[in-house]
This record gives sequence, C-alpha cells and structure tokens, in this order.
Amino acid sequence: MIGLTHYLAVSAALFVMGVFGIFLNRRNIIIILMALELILLSVNINLVAFSAFLHQVHGQIFAMFVLTVAAGEAAIGLAILVIYFRNRGTVAVDQADVMKG
Amino acid sequence: MHPIVTSIAIAGPEVILTLGSLAALMLGTFSAPGRALAATSLFAIAILAVAGFALLDGPAGTALAFDGLYVADDFSAFLKVIIFTATAASVVLAQPWLNESRTGRFEYPVLMLLSALGMAVMVSANDLLSLYIGLELTALPSYVLAAFHRADNRSAEAGLKYFVLGALASGILLYGVTLVYGFAGSTQFDIIAGIVSGQTERSLGLLFGIVFIIAGMAFKVSAVPFHMWTPDVYEGAPTPVAAFFSAAPKAAALGLMARVLVVAFPGNVAADWQQIIIFIAIASMVLGAVAAVAQTNIKRLLAYSSIANIGFALVGLTPGSPAGVSALLFYTTVYVAMTLGSFLVVLQLRRPDGETVEQMADLAGLSKTQPKLAAALAIFMFSLAGIPPLLGFWPKFAVFQAAIAAGLVPLAIIGFIASVVAAFYYLRLIKIMYFDEPAVALASEGSAANGTMIAAAALFCSPIGMLAMSPLAAATARAAAALFPA
Repeated sequence: MIGLTHYLAVSAALFVMGVFGIFLNRRNIIIILMALELILLSVNINLVAFSAFLHQVHGQIFAMFVLTVAAGEAAIGLAILVIYFRNRGTVAVDQADVMKG
Repeated sequence: MHPIVTSIAIAGPEVILTLGSLAALMLGTFSAPGRALAATSLFAIAILAVAGFALLDGPAGTALAFDGLYVADDFSAFLKVIIFTATAASVVLAQPWLNESRTGRFEYPVLMLLSALGMAVMVSANDLLSLYIGLELTALPSYVLAAFHRADNRSAEAGLKYFVLGALASGILLYGVTLVYGFAGSTQFDIIAGIVSGQTERSLGLLFGIVFIIAGMAFKVSAVPFHMWTPDVYEGAPTPVAAFFSAAPKAAALGLMARVLVVAFPGNVAADWQQIIIFIAIASMVLGAVAAVAQTNIKRLLAYSSIANIGFALVGLTPGSPAGVSALLFYTTVYVAMTLGSFLVVLQLRRPDGETVEQMADLAGLSKTQPKLAAALAIFMFSLAGIPPLLGFWPKFAVFQAAIAAGLVPLAIIGFIASVVAAFYYLRLIKIMYFDEPAVALASEGSAANGTMIAAAALFCSPIGMLAMSPLAAATARAAAALFPA
C-alpha cells in the first residue's frame, strides 16, 4: 500500500535533486531552468499528496496556481536567457562572471 | 450584497492597480512612439495615487476578503502607503535615464505597477496562497527590470542571476509552504495559528516548513545567508532599477515576514523562529558592515548597506512584540527614505563623458563641484550610520530598545558594535567627498523633479525630520497593534 510517506519521500528526493542540480551543475544554464522546474514539481506532488491525505481540496487548488506561475516563470527565465545569449554568445554557467560574487 | 462585491470593495487598491496596469499597457501600445513613455509614466503615477486614496477610504479596522485569503488592516495600509510612495518615486527618478538611454520603453512604468500590485498583495496576504502569488507577482517583473538594459552585458547577467536565485528561493519557500499546509492542515494564517497553538508536542514537519519559509523570505529581503545576489544585481542592474529594488520590495517583504511569523506562528512556536531571526539579524548586520569596507563601487556599497539595514530592521522582529513590530515599521520607513535619497544623488551625478557615477573615487571633492548634492549625500550617509541628531539614529534606537525590553541584550550589543563598524565606511565616503581633491568635475544632470525629491528626502532625514516622528510613531504603533489581536 502506497501511503503519504512514499509521496513525501519522492517529493523530497525530487526537491533535493533540483537544488543540487542548480549548485553542482557547472555547464549549462538551461539545466538550471530544468532543475527549477523539478523543484516546483516536487512541491506539486507534496500539495496533491497532502490534499488527498487531509481530504481537502485546498492543496489541489494551490497546485493549479503553482503550475500557472511556473509557466510564467519559465517564460521570463527563457526570455532573460535569450538576451543573455545575444550579448555573450554562450549559456555556460562559469562564463557568467562579469561581476564577481 | 454578494460576498464577491464586498471583497472587491475591500481589496480596492489592488483592483485599481490591476486594471490600471492593464490600461497603462494599452495606453503605451496605442500612443505615439515619442510620447508613450511620458504618457504611461504619468498614468502610472496617477494610478498609484488613486490606489493610495482608495486605501485611505478603505474600511476601518480589520476586514477579511475573498474567504480569508486577503486582509485589509492598519498594518497593510501603513505599508501600502510606503510601497506606493516608493514606487511612484522610482517611476519619477527613472525618467532622465529612460529618456537618454535608447531603452526608453514604456514597459518600465507598467512593470513597476505590476510589481507594486504584487507587493500590495504580499502585505495583505492572510493565506499561504496569497503570500505565494504576491511574492511571485513582485518578483517576476523585478527579474525583467533587472535585465531592462538588454543590450548591456552586465544588466543581462544581473537579470539572469536574479532570476535563477529568485526562482530557487521561491521554490524553497513553496516547499516550506507545502510542509506547513500538510502538518497544520490549513493554509490560512489565523487557522494555522489556532492549530499550532493547540498542538501539545512540536511537529518536526511544521518546524521544517517554517525554516524553509523563513529561508525563502530571507532571500527576498536579502538577509545573510541568502544575500549573495544583492551586490551583483545592484551593480549590474540599471541604477534606477537598483534604487527601486532597495526600497519598496524590501518594505513589502519585511512586512510579509512580520505578518507570517507573528500571526501564523505565535505562542510556543515563536521561540523556534525567534532563534532563526536572531541568527539572520546578527549575520546580516555583521556581514553588511564588514564586507562593505572593501568596496570601491558605490552601488555595491549601497547593496551591502541595505543588507546591514535589513539586519537592523529584523532586530525589531526578534521579540515578536507590538513594540518590536512598531520599531520595525519605523525603521523601514526611514530606511526607504535614506536609500532612495542616496540612489537619487548617485543618479543625479554625471561624469564629464556622460556616464553615470559608479566608483567611489569619482566622488572625490564633490563638496567643491556640487556642494548641494554633496551636502544631501552627507546627510544620508550620517543618517544611515545612525549619528544621533539625524533621523537615522531614532529607528536604530527603537529596534534596540525593543530587543532589550525582551531581554535580548547580547543581540543589541552586537548590533551596536556592527553599527559602529558600519559607520566607518559611511564616514569614509563623506571624507572622500569633503577632504579629497576633485578628480573629475561631475556635472549635475539637473532633473528638477529628482532635485526636489532629494531635497525632500534630505529634509526628512535631517534633524528637522524629528518633527515627523510623533505622528509616525502613532501610525506605526496602530499598524503593529493590528497584528496582535487583543
């Protein structure tokens, strides 16, 4: 029987993969965008699992909002990536160092 | 009346901002290319003013709307006045820059309006859902604004860094939100508070949720250890955008942080989040003071200054008391005036080659070439350093007083030491302006509106500003009382 803990474990694993995907990835900014999506998906799994567990609809409504905002976020992220690529001709992570820090 | 009608009436300022920003977009699209920017800017300021008046006309006391998603009370009204004023000032101060750079596009005021709408939702959020929507609505236009000078290498990089780290912070916050929802069983702040204070044993999941939420919000206020983006984004983003980032969104995020922690997690959970806030406040004050010493770029200096100031403001949040929240609001108000004033002076100055001033060395001998602007910047620096007769001293005094009243004496002592260290670099800037030989003759760019705003901010931060203190204190006390139901 698959219970709440299983869903939470999957979601936690996805979340950790997303966070590590951002920090350990030294190659490509597009991979960072994918890792961000992974984080948001882990959040959605959490919301839907809790919603089913608590017999409430709130969590699923919340998940709908998260999906919508994630779409907007991806659009803006790709737009910024495009202007960055136009200026630099590359999307490599370790090239983003005009400013120190 | 149908509940939706009453709800829309309560959320009047947000409704006006929503419709106004859409109308501003239309106005910009359909007016003649040469006039689009001026028309949308004027319209945006008018919309902010109308929203402000709708605020004053709003319901007295606390009113819930949209089935508890949204709350209008004295706390949100106070912060919305600051947010709308700071946003309107940010629209005005960008005009010379927008006109002379070829990026003079009308989207700028529209994005600011949308961001202000997000901030208004943030400070009125009474539910984790509206909290998230408000945060994202503030952040998404901000990413675009950071990359607004899109042909510029540094602006694009600033936008990219801000976006990646901002989206990560939102994700972390959201993960915390889901944990709180799952382990408390509700997303509405007052219901969470009721459930949490009824629990006899502390739930680990809930605690993790609170930590994640604080981490996400600490990023938005640029508190240590989530501050890494601030210096880079301030340096890379166009200066008017950096001025905007340093003022209104900071006030909104501080307000949101105060509301979530005080309203949703009171009682025995408060001790848990207080430890985290104490750590964040100390780390921000110390790092903001120490790291700024080595800076040569004036925008990076102001970035570290804002990190340190957020630390001081958070000291007011640590006791979780009405006096503390009132001091936090007082600090935020004065900080917004000081930071906008400093950025305005930097914006007003031009090097002989027409570039904006970026290096601190460029300010050498400013007192001889531009005595008025040098005097104004000196007032802001003395005020940021917290030298007594200036207004900047009093909010620092208020937050430390609130911390000491709650028995947090070590915190107040560390904060005092940090403010002495921070005084070093503020005073060094004054030394550069007043005692060094002029290196380049800086021209005043001479926008009358910006000059007036500098004068007003300088007057407010000068000892004359103390006249405003007693009405301000009454307003902050009333606003803070709204968070603590009797």
